[in-house]
Amino acid sequence: MIKQLVIVIAKLVSGSNIRWQGCEPDVRQRIYFANHTSNLDALVIWAALPPAIRDLTRPVAARDYWVNNWIKRYLANQVFNAVLIERKKPTKSDNPLTDMLKAMGQTHSLIIFPEGGRQASGEMTSFKGGLFHLAKDRPDVEFVPVLVENLNRILPKGEFLPVPILGSVTFGTSIKLKPDEQKDAFLIRAQDAVKALNHL
Amino acid sequence: MTLQLDKQTYALVGGVVALLVIASLTGWILSRCVTNEKGRGTIQNLNARMKAWWMMVAIFALAMATGGIGSVVLFGLTSFLALREFITLTPTSRGDHRTLFWVFFVILPLQYYLVAIKWYGMFAIMIPVYAFLFVPLRSAVAGDCEHFLERIAKMQWGLMVCVYCVSYVPALLSLDIPGYVHQNGKLMFYFVLVAQISDVLQYVWGKTLGKRKILPSVSPNKTWAGFVGGITCATLIGMGLWWATPFSPWQSAGMSLAITLMGFAGGLVMSAIKRDRGVKDYGHLIEGHGGVMDRIDSLCFAAPVFFHLTRFYFT
Repeated sequence: MIKQLVIVIAKLVSGSNIRWQGCEPDVRQRIYFANHTSNLDALVIWAALPPAIRDLTRPVAARDYWVNNWIKRYLANQVFNAVLIERKKPTKSDNPLTDMLKAMGQTHSLIIFPEGGRQASGEMTSFKGGLFHLAKDRPDVEFVPVLVENLNRILPKGEFLPVPILGSVTFGTSIKLKPDEQKDAFLIRAQDAVKALNHL
Repeated sequence: MTLQLDKQTYALVGGVVALLVIASLTGWILSRCVTNEKGRGTIQNLNARMKAWWMMVAIFALAMATGGIGSVVLFGLTSFLALREFITLTPTSRGDHRTLFWVFFVILPLQYYLVAIKWYGMFAIMIPVYAFLFVPLRSAVAGDCEHFLERIAKMQWGLMVCVYCVSYVPALLSLDIPGYVHQNGKLMFYFVLVAQISDVLQYVWGKTLGKRKILPSVSPNKTWAGFVGGITCATLIGMGLWWATPFSPWQSAGMSLAITLMGFAGGLVMSAIKRDRGVKDYGHLIEGHGGVMDRIDSLCFAAPVFFHLTRFYFT
């Protein structure tokens, strides 16, 4: 019930225009990687997926942000089935990468934001290395670039009241790590794949 | 706001439904006859438009059936959706966030509230006086001066065209016309019908006979044949509907001419904004038509002029 409500609200608030430009919705294991501009990003991408895929897809989010009050905790655990990771001080035993791989198992897909933090300006910054390590550990998985637009205008960093501007979510053509591809080259290629979806 | 649903109202609605039936049948026959690729695309778009017309007529008729308040709510929602498309297309900055919140959630509902309570003296000036002074003030307080004038212009124009102008359509229900008590629903229907049918006829004339473009740099679809044919036919139709209005046949022709010319002007100006932003349509909400703004651009310009002409000469 609450889950359906959250999905409807996410779609209403963002007016999401959902485009599958480079791939079709599919339940196979995927990692959706997107630009990060607003707290709504994970919610809106997750809500944009068709129900069967949505149930198998887990957004990866920062633990420090999502556990500090009960509403967020409830949403993260009961509604999105989020994978909460440590982003400030990763240690051997508290390694985000292991958590993500474990959370995927053999059935689940992930939504990740390789930039790390949100960019208030809406400009993209360089991707962090985690995406590369995931690609290396799971060569069987499709990496789908996703571009979210305008969500930073709907709910900018530091604001609490949303404005009903139309957002959009665009899914692009999946990429894979090439044999011998270096970390930096792959990260730049991944970032370009997201940027390329910007059509306006 | 009581609206009397008399025989003439049913005649108007029935006429539109009959028109849609004929148009839908024609579209269906055309879709079976046309074989080449380009023609197919046009017919597909035509049929999508037709479906959307059925939907829009149904919603509009339903709103009228619920009396005045249904129409106020319907146009309020239309304003909301149009403004949403407009602001999405014309970027504002971080400093305008809270101003936009006021624009969407306070000023817009307030305008329609004033229309609903028929407070003419206030709904006619609330946006141009109070909102237009408040918007720059709120953004100034937010402290971001970059492109200030540009940002304010975008929000004010959005309010003007999507909210203020559109609210004049349900405001037609508040006019006290001697000898026309509780019949204003027909006046509103007449207005929307003439404005929209003028768009349709301009499209039809333009597609069939149109060659010379009026202003290709602004709107590639507006041709001289479309302009002359569409406006003439729509004016004649408007003249033929005089029995549903407080006007005489000639007055009705004059009013229809004013509506269609203003409608054309609205389409042109809203096109110029689209070209400036490099898009073809304002949105995707109405299949075949584009966004809400694409469908109501002609209403925006025609509504205040039609309202004030009627108010000046007939009340």
